[in-house]
Parts: sequence; C-alpha cells; structure tokens
Amino acid sequence: MSLELTVDGRAVFAATGGRTFDAALPVVLFVHGASMNRTVWSAQARWFAHHGHAVLAVDLPGHDRSEGPPLPSIGAVADWLIGVLDAAGVATASLVGHSMGSLPVLEAASRYPSRCARIVLLGTSVPMPVADVLLNNAEINSHAAYDMVTVWGHSRTAQMGGSDVPGLWITGGGMRLLERGGDGVLYNDMKACNDYTNGLEAAVRVSCPATLVLGDRDMMTPPRNARALLDALPDGRMIVLEGCGHMMMAERPNRTLDALIDALT
Amino acid sequence: MASPGHPRFDTLALHGGQKPDPVTGARAVPVYQSTSFVFPSTDHAASLFNLERAGHIYSRISNPTVSVLEERIAGLEGGVGAVATASGQAALHLAVATLMGNGDHIVASGSIYGGSHNMFNYTLPRFGITTTFVNPRDPDAFRQAIGPSTRLLFGETLGNPGLEVLDIPAVAEIAHEAGLPLMIDNTFASPFLSRPFDHGADLVMHSATKFLGGHGIAIGGVLVDRGAFDWEASGLFPTLTEPYAGYHGLDFAEEFGPGALIMRARAEGLRDFGACMSPANAFYLLQGVETLPLRMTRHVENTRAIIAFLDGHDAVGSVLWPELPSHPDHELSKRLLPKGAGAIFSFELKGGREAGVKFIEALQLFSHLANVGDAKSLVIHPASTTHQQMDAAALEAAGISEGLVRLSIGLEDPDDLIGDLKRGLAAASRA
Repeated sequence: MSLELTVDGRAVFAATGGRTFDAALPVVLFVHGASMNRTVWSAQARWFAHHGHAVLAVDLPGHDRSEGPPLPSIGAVADWLIGVLDAAGVATASLVGHSMGSLPVLEAASRYPSRCARIVLLGTSVPMPVADVLLNNAEINSHAAYDMVTVWGHSRTAQMGGSDVPGLWITGGGMRLLERGGDGVLYNDMKACNDYTNGLEAAVRVSCPATLVLGDRDMMTPPRNARALLDALPDGRMIVLEGCGHMMMAERPNRTLDALIDALT
Repeated sequence: MASPGHPRFDTLALHGGQKPDPVTGARAVPVYQSTSFVFPSTDHAASLFNLERAGHIYSRISNPTVSVLEERIAGLEGGVGAVATASGQAALHLAVATLMGNGDHIVASGSIYGGSHNMFNYTLPRFGITTTFVNPRDPDAFRQAIGPSTRLLFGETLGNPGLEVLDIPAVAEIAHEAGLPLMIDNTFASPFLSRPFDHGADLVMHSATKFLGGHGIAIGGVLVDRGAFDWEASGLFPTLTEPYAGYHGLDFAEEFGPGALIMRARAEGLRDFGACMSPANAFYLLQGVETLPLRMTRHVENTRAIIAFLDGHDAVGSVLWPELPSHPDHELSKRLLPKGAGAIFSFELKGGREAGVKFIEALQLFSHLANVGDAKSLVIHPASTTHQQMDAAALEAAGISEGLVRLSIGLEDPDDLIGDLKRGLAAASRA
C-alpha cells in the first residue's frame, strides 16, 4: 500500500506499511540511506502502521519510484522532507532516518522544530565523512563502491548471514539495492554526507526528544563517532545494538524495531 | 582503510547462514526438529503473521535449520535469498507457480532433465501453462519462441544428457530484451563451477540431492533469486506487482523490492503447495555443502582422468564432454566453466543398445541407478530410464541415442574407476 505525492512539482512515492494512510494518526516518516530505498524499512513500517500510527516510508528524489534528480545536499533533503509532510497534510511527525537519511532528519528537526515530534537517528555520526577511496569509486560508478559499502556496512557476523528473515541473504539484498540505485546516485548521496558540516550546530537547536541507535559492530558510523552528537542534543539518548553493524534493519530487524518502539511509543 | 573483501566461496560453504547457537554455543548447525515455534505474546504472534517481525512460525513455511541451508546456497550463488523445497522438482514448480498461471507460456531448452521435461510438456498444460522447447545451442530460437504470454525462459547450465553448454549471457540478454526472467537449473555445475547470476540469469534452481549434498542420502531442492529483475518495469508479473488478496493486499515488489519473489514464494508457495524441506534433510544437505569446493575439485579431476581413458578407446564411439575439443560447446565451456565442465558426461558405445546393457551389467564399482552428483560413481542408460517418457523424435531432438550411457564420476580412486570401466568395455566389446 502506498501514497503518491507531489513535492516541488515532482512525483514522490511513499509506502504506508500495508495500511491506508490516515494523517489523523500519529505519523512516522522513515528516511532511507545512501542509494537505498523505502524497502529497507519494510518490517518496521508495517509494525507502526498496524500499531496505531500512520506511516510514510519515502523513496528520496531520484531513488527507485520517486522522480529525480537526487537532491545534492542534506539541507535540500531536509526541506524536501517537510515538503512531504505538507503534501501529505501532516502538521507534526516523528522522523526516523538511517545513515545518510539520519542527517536530513537532524537538520529538519533543527530547521522546523514545530514539525517534528521526535526523531530517531540510526547508524549516524556527525560529521559523516566518507573515505576518499569510496567517494572516488562512487564518482566513476565503479562496482567497487558498492562492494565497499556492502562489506563495511555489515558486521563480520552478518557477512556470513544468519538473517532474522528466513532465507534472505543479508549482504545480497543490500548489494542489489545499491545496484538498483543507478549511476550517480551513490556518489550524490555520499558527497552530500561528506559535505554536511552543520550537524553539531543543528543538534543544539533540536528541541524534540532524539534517540540515536547504533550498532556496536558498525564500521561506518561506530558509536564512538556519535558521542559528540549525543552530547550536543538537548534531549538525546543512545541505544546500542549488540553484535550489529551499520545496516541494522537488515542485520537485526527485530532489535531495530524494538529500539524504534522504545523511542517512539 | 584497505579495500574490503567479501567472504570467499570456500568460507561461505562452511559458515554461510550460520553463527554458533546463541543459547547452547553449538558450533554445528542444530537440527530444529520442531513443527512449530512458541509465540511470546499474542501481539508478537500477530506481528510475525503480518511480516512486521521476522521469525519462524511453522516449519512448512520456514524452519531455523532449513533457513541456514537457504542462506548458504543464496550466498554461494550470489543471490538475495532462497527457498528450500522438498525436491528439485518442487523448486521448479515453486518458481513456475509463483511467476505465472493459466494461459502463460514458457520457452525452455529441449535438452533438460527428463522430470523437468515431463512437468513442462505433460503436466503443466493441464493447468493452462504451455512450453515451447528449443535447441539450447541456438539462442535465437529462444527469441523466436517468445510470445505475448511468455513469462519465463528456462535452461540448464549443462544440458541433460548431451551436456550442451547454455550460452547464458546470450539467452539472458534475449530474455531481458523481452522483459522476461531467465531461470537456470544449475544442478550439474553447482555454484562452485558456475554462478549463472554472474552471467545474467535471474533465477537459479538446484536439485540439492545431487552435488550440493553429494552423499545421496537426502532429497531436496533450492530456488534462488538474484534479486535484480525489475518486476515492476516488466509489467508482466501481477503476482509480484499487484495487491495479493491472499495476504491482506500485499504488493510484494512494492514492499520487499529485491526480495519480492522469495517472499511471495514462501508466503504463498510454501504455505499453499506445502512442498517444504524437512529440517533433517536440510541438516544432511548442509554437511555436504560444507565440502562442496573440495568435492567438486576432485570430481572434475577424476572426470578428466576417466575421459582421458575413454576418449579414443576402441569400444567407444564418441565421448560427450564440453572440455573435449570435439564437443560443440568447447569454446563456450572454456568461457563459462573455466574451473571444469562438471563430472557428468555421456558416451556412445559402438555396439549400440545391446553393448550398453552388457557394459552396465558388467560394472562392479559404478552403481546403476537414477541419480547423479553422488560421491560414489554412477551409471545410467537414459533412453530406458530418465528419458523414457520422451518419444523417438523428442529423444533425437535431445541428442539421446539408444547406445548412450551417462556416467557421474565420483570421488573414488580414478585408477579403480578405470579398472571397472575396462571390465565394462570388455563386456560391451563381446556383445
């Protein structure tokens, strides 16, 4: 089940977690990471949609079913997220973002405090620098960039499998999502992360409760790198998922859901 | 940071899909011989059924031991996921039933396992699904056979029993130009010798009974999805792109993206058709997969030794093995199967059918039975067994003569195998 919206004159696709969207309910807006799409939130979106919430799991511009091009900066994505709420007739929502998606959620909560009830930032750090080797390979659309994200993005344990979802090969699914992103998308998103330098200034202006969710085996945004962000948030706390890497919704969907329930209900 | 690397094939064959049991610390994969799994709460139960939480409900749908095998094969093939089934035939049926229905059409290689041929040619038409068989050596024949109702192209990495090497890249391109997926039966090669996804295929199936298990003690199948085919863009697969009333209006492609087919195959196919794999069989098959790289290497080495003995032998008319320069697909084999052309091959006895009978009956080490890919060497006469339902024209089209004998080379000492073959050939010569 889904909602098709228009923001800035371009079509936006949002999954609604298997229920008809009802803006009168508490709304949760899910924002995916670099070169991913809404399907990374499948289980979590379905749970909230079936437990008293209205869900929008968006494809960012230029990602899967939302019209492009991809937005070039974290600030632009933050403004676009509020545009999504406007288009859906939502005054206030809880915003949930993973990895790159966590940065526009942070920025939106800073810029538009009245629109954000709570925020949850998963697999996050401020700043979020991207290794030159990854950025350079992403720029030339080399498959090596997808390999780096897939290997660094999953704990060593998850690279061997052991999925909570029967029969799904964790890293295979992540790789296909990256490949589906298409040329230029990963580079656009990684560069936006790399260029975002406003995170700590934004954090101090966040007035709503903020929860950070980190995996203790995360090689891309290890929990120690989120410490400065946690300290800057006026009402922040951190949940650490044991044995989990960066791609926590794929590695530990149930524990990730539990963390979101803890943060949002 | 150093350039990263994925876990390699041999490592995944041992560890893929499994971590030590968190409760007991068991290093080996435990056999979860349980039909069902306790729900911690009613809400948790509802969440499992509604795909809000991941986990196991009932072993017809999924089982922790079976899931390890599914993940391991998915990892070895390079897919996004897999569904293990009661047999290879169940895996093939699961794919067909998930992708299409009454009125739809398949284009398949004419040189495939007899059981698959039976399903396509005799059984599926009763359910409104028809198949056109084409020469696997003619990729353009696949293109010519595609019609408006076609929903799948199908072939085997190595044809049965002629060992035609399918030009997977060429056929995949033809399939994709038509907005169709290509499914490959990779049983004869195993992912150690060929990964069809690397060549553009979209779905892979195995009879896990063969090389994956290797021990000949458990029947099983696996369906693997690469997760790259864009069902939505194709527009030909409503089972994956339209709301499914049988699961609360779920649109699988919208909800699960690359995992759409695997999720539908499990949520509907295993739920409704029920051809699931037992946890005990999954355990047995996992024991085999652990040594797949070692076994396949030895299988190929032994086969090369046997071929060297048979090729040019006075009693042997011809030997069909893609590594031989005389095989029509020799160059293609070098490109697509660089680690070896498998351990199953056919040869023609000069004495025809009678020589074939004498040959098989004289063998003492080779076992005469209807299987391949065992650690033990096997022999069979296709015209009277695996392909007996095919009429003369179909047999000829599949390259099967009455004197054709198929060998599956095992892991015995190659000198002992050659000794046994000498015994058989001597008997055949006297026929």
